[in-house]
Amino acid sequence: MALSATASGWRFKQPSVIPGFGLTLGFTLTYLTLIVLIPLAGLGVRSAALGWSGIWTIATDPRVVQALRVSFSTSLIAALINAVFGVIVAWVLVRYRFPGRRILDAIVDLPFALPTAVAGIALTALYAPNGWIGQYLAPYGIRLAYTPTGIVIALIFIGLPFMVRTVQPVMEEISREVEEAAATLGANRFQTISRIILPGLAPAILTGFALAFGRAVGEYGSVIFIAGNIPYVSEIAPLLIVIRLEEYNYAGATTIALIMLIFSFAVLLAINLIQAWSRRRFGYGN
Amino acid sequence: MELRIDKVRKEFDRFPALHETSLDIRSGELIALLGPSGSGKTTLLRLIAGLEQPTDGAIFFGDEDASHRSVQDRNVGFVFQHYALFRHMTVLDNIAFGLNVRPAAIRPPKREIERRVLELLDLVQLPGLEKRYPNQLSGGQRQRVALARALAIEPRVLLLDEPFGALDAQVRKGLRKWLREIHDQTGHTTVFVTHDQEEALELADRVVVMSQGRIEQVGTADDIYDRPTSPFVFSFIGESNALPIRIETGQAWLADRPLGIDVSGEADGPATLYFRPQDIEILTDPPGGGLAGPVAAQRRVAGTRHLELEIGGDRTRVEIEVPADYPIGETGRVAFKPKRWRLYRNDGASGN
Repeated sequence: MALSATASGWRFKQPSVIPGFGLTLGFTLTYLTLIVLIPLAGLGVRSAALGWSGIWTIATDPRVVQALRVSFSTSLIAALINAVFGVIVAWVLVRYRFPGRRILDAIVDLPFALPTAVAGIALTALYAPNGWIGQYLAPYGIRLAYTPTGIVIALIFIGLPFMVRTVQPVMEEISREVEEAAATLGANRFQTISRIILPGLAPAILTGFALAFGRAVGEYGSVIFIAGNIPYVSEIAPLLIVIRLEEYNYAGATTIALIMLIFSFAVLLAINLIQAWSRRRFGYGN
Repeated sequence: MELRIDKVRKEFDRFPALHETSLDIRSGELIALLGPSGSGKTTLLRLIAGLEQPTDGAIFFGDEDASHRSVQDRNVGFVFQHYALFRHMTVLDNIAFGLNVRPAAIRPPKREIERRVLELLDLVQLPGLEKRYPNQLSGGQRQRVALARALAIEPRVLLLDEPFGALDAQVRKGLRKWLREIHDQTGHTTVFVTHDQEEALELADRVVVMSQGRIEQVGTADDIYDRPTSPFVFSFIGESNALPIRIETGQAWLADRPLGIDVSGEADGPATLYFRPQDIEILTDPPGGGLAGPVAAQRRVAGTRHLELEIGGDRTRVEIEVPADYPIGETGRVAFKPKRWRLYRNDGASGN
């Protein structure tokens, strides 16, 4: 290599006790390019064939707009619900010792492992008007399956482990001493939780929220069974993409996908920035 | 605030962490709980704070029985070994926390809280750092903030759990002196836990030596060092030697050698002789009394030399301190006798 070790300023190669930067970065870039970037760029290329006006027509098509709205709003609601209940689940698993805790802990991972279609069918069987739970709600005029509410239920199921698994390790690290310190200073339980514990967990909750949200936006398998897929009501964007594909309307499909991609990326980027800010400020993770 | 610990006992799942213990702490006193790990010192401190509930017994703050009061109501300042600062809050918010969580009726106005925080920051010598976050501070600074936070609630007693344990030696020394100054300035009744005897003896008005869930001795540094009431205290504080001996016919014997120390008034029987390495007298004309043995090892320690001698038939090792330039003769043997010592009977009774 032509770079001399005595050269001042930035050098590509820094002598380090952790070698392999060049090799691993090269691998990472190649890998990301093949697996993520090229397919996503394909989206752009495909849609670009339509031109701006073509993209705009599809993007403002009422059915597309409505599908996107359903997708993002149900994902948001599901992620919010998971943020609350996922934290409670994590709390129980971390804080208390009780028989069956390990089993409960393992059950949390099931949504990761289960084929999503199976989950969708199971949830539909439960919440359909003639299902186990649905039959008790139907007389009161409450319909869960085949409505956006049904979509939210499926997305909660899918997103739960993301929330629990990101919050759990951080919660384990909260030292008892910090809570005890709050207590000696006169804080009651509610004040300790709202002013000490939750703010401490906020970055982890945000991460879990981002993961659950991202997963929910892209979810297809479980949702299509429970959603009923009524256009303009409970049709999600991923389904619309599949419909367009079945119509051999590739450009239409990729355009919807591109719009989803941009929205999702914006949301995730925003969450990441908030996190980086809080980490810099409070020194979490170091 | 006077503190009275009255026959307090603590068990964790049937395991006794603290046997029945009583202790009076005078108002404005600086007291150290000193002992090895597992001696129950931290348990005692946490019982006073209300972080643990006693299995039995009562704790009085002044005349008031505080045993059944919650931590929140006891109004104690507690400082933890690892600071336990709230890292998502600025130094200002950390110190103000205890005031901010008060019910609205007794919460000082915002201005007043801020004024008090800045005052406390001056007291702990960290002026101008109120906007920093804990992770921007050094260990010593964090512990000062923790102390300011504890003082902000105007506690009735100040409790510190190994407050300097996580700091390096240099910082620890500085903070020790500083804590003494703060204590003299504010006059809080203060109890701190430590396993560092130097820290306890230097800092505290009185030291409580604990071992295996019991108080061994309570006293000033002089009491503890010069008049230890149990073999544990003798060997735990400072350096010491223990020699099993036998009292017979008004003499102390190691096997068949008389020690040449005055044990008049002691009953006959086996006993253990405790003495410190520096409290000895070298004998130059060895015949007869005294302890003698070959030098097994030697170490130079600052201005003196420490010799390890093998004494008697079973070659018990004892350590003595001699001047650095002390000539060890050709025989390699040194003879000495203890100048100050204590005898402990194997049943625990002591004599001098």
